[in-house]
Amino acid sequence: MFNPDIIKPENLVYEKTNVLTDAVMHYCAGCGHGTTHRIVAEVIEEMGIQDKAICIAPVGCSVLAYNYFNVDAIGAAHGRAPAIATAIQRMFPDRHTFTYQGDGDLAAIGTAETIHACNRGENIVIIFINNGIYGMTGGQMAPTTLLGMKTATSPYGRTVELNGYPLQITELLAELPGTYYITRQSVHTAAAVRRTKKAIRQAFENQKNKKGTSLVEVVSNCNSGWKMTPVEANKWMVENMFVKYPIGDIKVDGEKVKK
Amino acid sequence: MAIKGAVVIDKERCKGCGVCITACPNSVLALSKNVNGKGYHYSEAIIDNCIGCTSCALVCPDGVITVYKVKL
Repeated sequence: MFNPDIIKPENLVYEKTNVLTDAVMHYCAGCGHGTTHRIVAEVIEEMGIQDKAICIAPVGCSVLAYNYFNVDAIGAAHGRAPAIATAIQRMFPDRHTFTYQGDGDLAAIGTAETIHACNRGENIVIIFINNGIYGMTGGQMAPTTLLGMKTATSPYGRTVELNGYPLQITELLAELPGTYYITRQSVHTAAAVRRTKKAIRQAFENQKNKKGTSLVEVVSNCNSGWKMTPVEANKWMVENMFVKYPIGDIKVDGEKVKK
Repeated sequence: MAIKGAVVIDKERCKGCGVCITACPNSVLALSKNVNGKGYHYSEAIIDNCIGCTSCALVCPDGVITVYKVKL
């Protein structure tokens, strides 16, 4: 198809980073987890902190994150990743400890750990993937599930009377004085990927400068949980998820930039 | 100055999600009629007007796309 003269090492403009292992990811086709993994790995490579980075894997779809990141890693008990990250970062203040959590882990069972780690202003980076559903266990309702959204445990759609309102945990955490940088991004287009990468880079730079907790929420799709094709799921995400979870910085340099 | 690009897709790792196809501004990519070892219709280049913008590689969840670019 292409001229073989182009395919030479000197013309290379993009390839998978070596901070990701060669293991084939177990994620469903089109899942935002894979993209986010790659962005985090690229930031680690660009900053030259591969030997200093420590990944705390959660429970959820990304439970096997340590198979893919070529850095030191620990698998935390469900929801307790910020607590483990606290311990590691306090023991090794010059390392870069980051947690990689989904919405079931960070916003449901791990709410207490998340809120208290952010309130203490621990010098950790939290990467939070919000897809509004429990992907790993088969698409049950999560605290972040949108109103009216059909899941395995809300087959007629989520209602306020029965299930309450979707939890905007990121806005909640921005209220805490310990958090330094809070942003919400996505990975569905090339431009969005570039912005997310910039945000994750900013989070790790803040950690380097010992500024406090940085949290990057990535609004992602769950095409198998939402019962859609990956491309349809991305479209649905833009039309519905972005209304409740608008993209943009929420707190920069310890100051809220958005109401 | 013309820019010419090329993509190399690791078809055995591709899961055929099709996200790269919508990301490509020049409609270079499409799902193959053939399947890989896991039974996915993998993504492949169908026309030679790639500009090496890396959009497909940036959105690829599995990091299977390598991009080359040359200025002629």
